[in-house]
Amino acid sequence: MNAPLEHTEIVAAGDDGIAPGELLMDVRNVSLRFGGVKAITDISFNVKKGEIRAIIGPNGAGKTSMLNVINGFYTPQEGSITFRGVERRAMKPHHAVRQGIARTFQNVALFKGMSTLDNIMAGRSVKMHRGLGWQMLWHGPALQEEIAHREKVEEIIDFLEIQHIRRTPVGKLPYGLQKRVELGRALAMEPSLLLLDEPMAGMNLEEKEDMSRFILDVNGQRGTTICLIEHDMGVVMDLSDRVVVLDYGKKIADGVPDDVKSDQQVIDAYLGVAH
Amino acid sequence: MNATALPAGMTLDTFPKYLLLNAQRFGDRPALRHKDYGIWQSWTWEDQLDEVRAFALGLQAMGLSHGERVAVIGANRPRLYWSICAAQSLGAVPVPVYADAVAEELAYVLNHADVRFAVVQDQEQVDKIHSFADSIPHLKTIIYDEPRGLRDYDHTNLHSFADVQAQGRSAAASDHQLVSRWEQSILAASGDEISVMLYTSGTTGRSKGVMLTAKGSVGAAQDTVTFDRLTEQDSVLAYLPLAWVGDHYMNYAQGYVSGFCMNCPESTETVAQDLREIAPTFYFAPPRVFEGLLTSVTIRMEDASKLKQRMYKHFIGVARKHGEAILEGRPVPLGARLSYALGRFFVYEPLKNVLGLSNIRVAYTAGEAIGQDLFSFFRSLGINLKQLYGQTEAFLYVTCQKDGAVRSDAVGPATPNVEIRISDSGEVQFKSPGQFVGYFKQDAETRETVTADGFVKTGDAGFFEPDGQLRIIDRAKDVGKLNGGALFAPKYIENVLKFFPNIKEAVAFGHGKDFVTAFINIDLQAVGNWAERNNIAYASYQELAGHPDVYKIIAGHVDETNKRLAQEPMMACAQINRFLILHKELDADDGELTRTQKVRRSFVADRYEPLINALYDGSSEKFVETEVTYEDGRKGRIRANVRIDDAAIYGGKAPMQEAAE
Repeated sequence: MNAPLEHTEIVAAGDDGIAPGELLMDVRNVSLRFGGVKAITDISFNVKKGEIRAIIGPNGAGKTSMLNVINGFYTPQEGSITFRGVERRAMKPHHAVRQGIARTFQNVALFKGMSTLDNIMAGRSVKMHRGLGWQMLWHGPALQEEIAHREKVEEIIDFLEIQHIRRTPVGKLPYGLQKRVELGRALAMEPSLLLLDEPMAGMNLEEKEDMSRFILDVNGQRGTTICLIEHDMGVVMDLSDRVVVLDYGKKIADGVPDDVKSDQQVIDAYLGVAH
Repeated sequence: MNATALPAGMTLDTFPKYLLLNAQRFGDRPALRHKDYGIWQSWTWEDQLDEVRAFALGLQAMGLSHGERVAVIGANRPRLYWSICAAQSLGAVPVPVYADAVAEELAYVLNHADVRFAVVQDQEQVDKIHSFADSIPHLKTIIYDEPRGLRDYDHTNLHSFADVQAQGRSAAASDHQLVSRWEQSILAASGDEISVMLYTSGTTGRSKGVMLTAKGSVGAAQDTVTFDRLTEQDSVLAYLPLAWVGDHYMNYAQGYVSGFCMNCPESTETVAQDLREIAPTFYFAPPRVFEGLLTSVTIRMEDASKLKQRMYKHFIGVARKHGEAILEGRPVPLGARLSYALGRFFVYEPLKNVLGLSNIRVAYTAGEAIGQDLFSFFRSLGINLKQLYGQTEAFLYVTCQKDGAVRSDAVGPATPNVEIRISDSGEVQFKSPGQFVGYFKQDAETRETVTADGFVKTGDAGFFEPDGQLRIIDRAKDVGKLNGGALFAPKYIENVLKFFPNIKEAVAFGHGKDFVTAFINIDLQAVGNWAERNNIAYASYQELAGHPDVYKIIAGHVDETNKRLAQEPMMACAQINRFLILHKELDADDGELTRTQKVRRSFVADRYEPLINALYDGSSEKFVETEVTYEDGRKGRIRANVRIDDAAIYGGKAPMQEAAE
C-alpha cells in the first residue's frame, strides 16, 4: 500500500547535540582590520540554538564583514569565535561548511546555466561520500547515494514551493525566485547555523512576505538557527528574536527588538546626529 | 482488509457504493495519482477504499452525523477527494468551496451551508476561516491536509487529516464490527439523499447552493460514461477547481462510475508539465485554457528559428484546410492526405506531445462559447475536441456533441435522457436525470428557476439548428438591442476579439445605445513578449496597456473584428465603433470576474461607468481612479488616464455611417 507522504517536521537540521536555547556560537572581542581601516572593533555577541538573530546597522557598519568572519572568509586579528563548543582560529570557508555553517549572499551567487534542481543538488556535494571513481562508475553505491540526496533536495523543493521551476535554468528566473533557490541550496547543506546576507534586498512587498514566511518556517519547522543581516527594519523587528546593532564597526546595542528600537544610540545611528 | 462481497444485483445509486464495487472489480488498478516530491505516487482502488474508510470512521468517531454538511476547501489533492467520498459514505453532504475565494466569500458559503466540519488543504485556508470565525458560528472542527506552519496553532478544534485517519483505524481495530457496519450503511443508503452541494460561481450575485441527489448524479455520470465509452483504462488530470461542477462531474463522478484513474497535479503552477507527463485520454477544459495553450504556442513559435517557423506555418495551413475533414473521416484528396501525414510527423504530433494532448481520445470544452478559429485549430491537429453545454443545476450535461457531428457555433443535441425545449421568450429550458432538487435554503429562488412542469430555466437564449444541435446566443438577459433596432449579443463580439492572442478579455457594451463599444484587457504574456522583442520597456500592466504602439496593435485587431462582424448578417450592425484598453486586468479578487473567470458584466458596467460614458460622449481620454484588492486582502487605488480610440466600420450598413451620409 502506498501511504500518503507526510509533509511535516523534517527533522531538525544539523544534529549537533545542543539543546534549543543553549549557546551555539559565541563571538568574543573580535576585531578585524584591513591595513589601517578598522572594519570591526572589539565585538562580542552570541547566537543561541534555535533563534533568529539579526545583525543590523547603517551602510558600512561592518555587518557583512562580521558574516565573513563567522564563515571563515576573513580571519580576525583579535578575538575568538567558539562554535558548538569548539574555539577556532584561522579557518577556510569550506571548514565552516563542514562545521555546519551555510550562507546566502547579498548578490545572488548561483550557477546561472544550471537548473534549480542542480543548483540545490550542488549544495549537497559536501555531504557526498563516494569519491570521483565511484561517481564516474555511476551505477551502484554512487547512484544510491544520489537518490538519497535527491530525496532531501525534493523535500527542500517542496518546502520552498518551487516545484514548477525544478528544471528551469536559474538564469531565466526572476530575482525573487533566484533568492529562494539560493536559500534552498544553503538549506541543502542542512546547516546548524544559516547565515543570510540581506535575504530581502531588492524584493517587492509580496516577495518579501514570501521570504519572511520561508525564514520563519525554516526556523520553526527545521529548527535551523539563523543569523541574518537585513536593512528592512520592519522585517528585522518582526522576524528576529534578538538583534545586535553595529555602527562604524562597533557594537552599540544588543537585545530583543523592542529594546533595540527604543535605544537612543540606535536611533541616533540611524537618523544621524550632530557630532 | 478486503471489502465484503457485494450483494448481486444491488442498485448502484451512490458513489460510496461504486467505491466498494471498484475496490472489488478494479482492486489493483490505479484510482488516483498525485505528484509529490517530484514522483507520481499512486493509490489503487483498494488503497483508496482503505483511505476513505479510515477517514470516514475517524469523522464518525468525531461525531459527524447523517445529513450534516462538510466543507471541503483546497486544490485538487487526494485527501480532499477522499473527504468527499468519506462524507458521502456517512450520509453527510460534502460542500466543496473554491480555494481561492477571499475570506469573506468563504465565510458566506460556510455559514450559509451551516457546516460544522471543514476539511481544508493548508494554513492559508485555516487562516481565512479563523479571520471570519465569528460569522461562522456553527463551524466547530477544522481538519487540515498539510500541517506546514500550523504547528503553533491552538489544536483544540484543529486536527490533522492523518490523525483523524489514525483515529478511524484504531476505532476499526478495537471494534471488529465497525467496518462491516460502515459497509452495510453504505449499501443501505438511498440514492434519493443529497449527494453533494455545489455552490454556483455567482455570475449574477451571491452564490447559491445547488443540491444534487446521489441517484441523479450517478445516473448522469453513467449516461455520459456510456456515451463517451470511458473505461478503467482511461486517465484524466484533475486540475480544475474542486468546487466547480466541471471537476466534480468529469473527474470525481465519472471516475467513480467508470473506474478510471484521476491524476492530481503537483501544484497549480506545474499543471502544464504534469499534463505532459500524464498525457490523459480524456480532457476537459474551459475555452480559456485552450486560448492559453494557443497563445503560448504562438508566442513560442515567434521565438523559434526561421526554419521551424516556416514548417509550422506551412503545416498548420495544411491542417486548417484538411485536418478536420480527416478527423471526421470525410473524403480528402490523396495529396492532401500525404501532406497531412508529413505534417503529423513533423509538427502535429510533437506539438501535441509538448502540450500533453498526445493520447486524447475525447476532449470537451464548455463553460463559455469558444471561438471558431480556436476550436478548429485543436481539431485540425487531430484532437477530438467537442463542445458540451451544461449547468451546475443540471449536474453539468444538458447537450453534448456526437463524434463526427461537431461544429464550433453550436453545442450539440440533448444528451441521452435529457429533454430540452425553448420557451416562448427564447430561453433554453431542460429536464435531466441529474437535475438539482433545489437551492439550499432558497426556496423562492428555486421556484423562480424551476417551471411548474419540472423544467429548469437556464437563463440562456438559444435556438435549435436544423440539424438538431442547440445553439446558444448569449445569456438571455445580456442579449440586447441597439437604438437602431439591431441585435446586440455582447458575448459573440467578445469572443471574436478574444481570439487574438494579444487580447485576454473583452467586455462589449451597446444595449440601449447608438453603437457598440468595448473594453479590452491585453494579454500580459503575449503583449509582454512582443514588447521584449521590440525593446519596449514597461514597469507594469498599466504602463504597457497605455503604450501607443500597443494601442496600434489592438486597433488592428478591432479592425479585423469589425471586418468579420460585417460578414455576419445578424451582427453587421454591431461593429465596434470605439474602444479602450483598460488600465487594470479584470480580476476575481475585485469582483469583476467570477471564480470561474467569467466576466460579471453588470458589476463591470457599474464600476467603470465614467469610462463607459466617455466611450459614448466622444472624448478621447478619461481620467479614472479605481480601487483594487491585493491578494492578501489589502486595498489600494490606481489612477490612470485611459485613452479612447475610434475604429472603422465596414459594410456600409452601420447606422453611424448612414448618419454621416
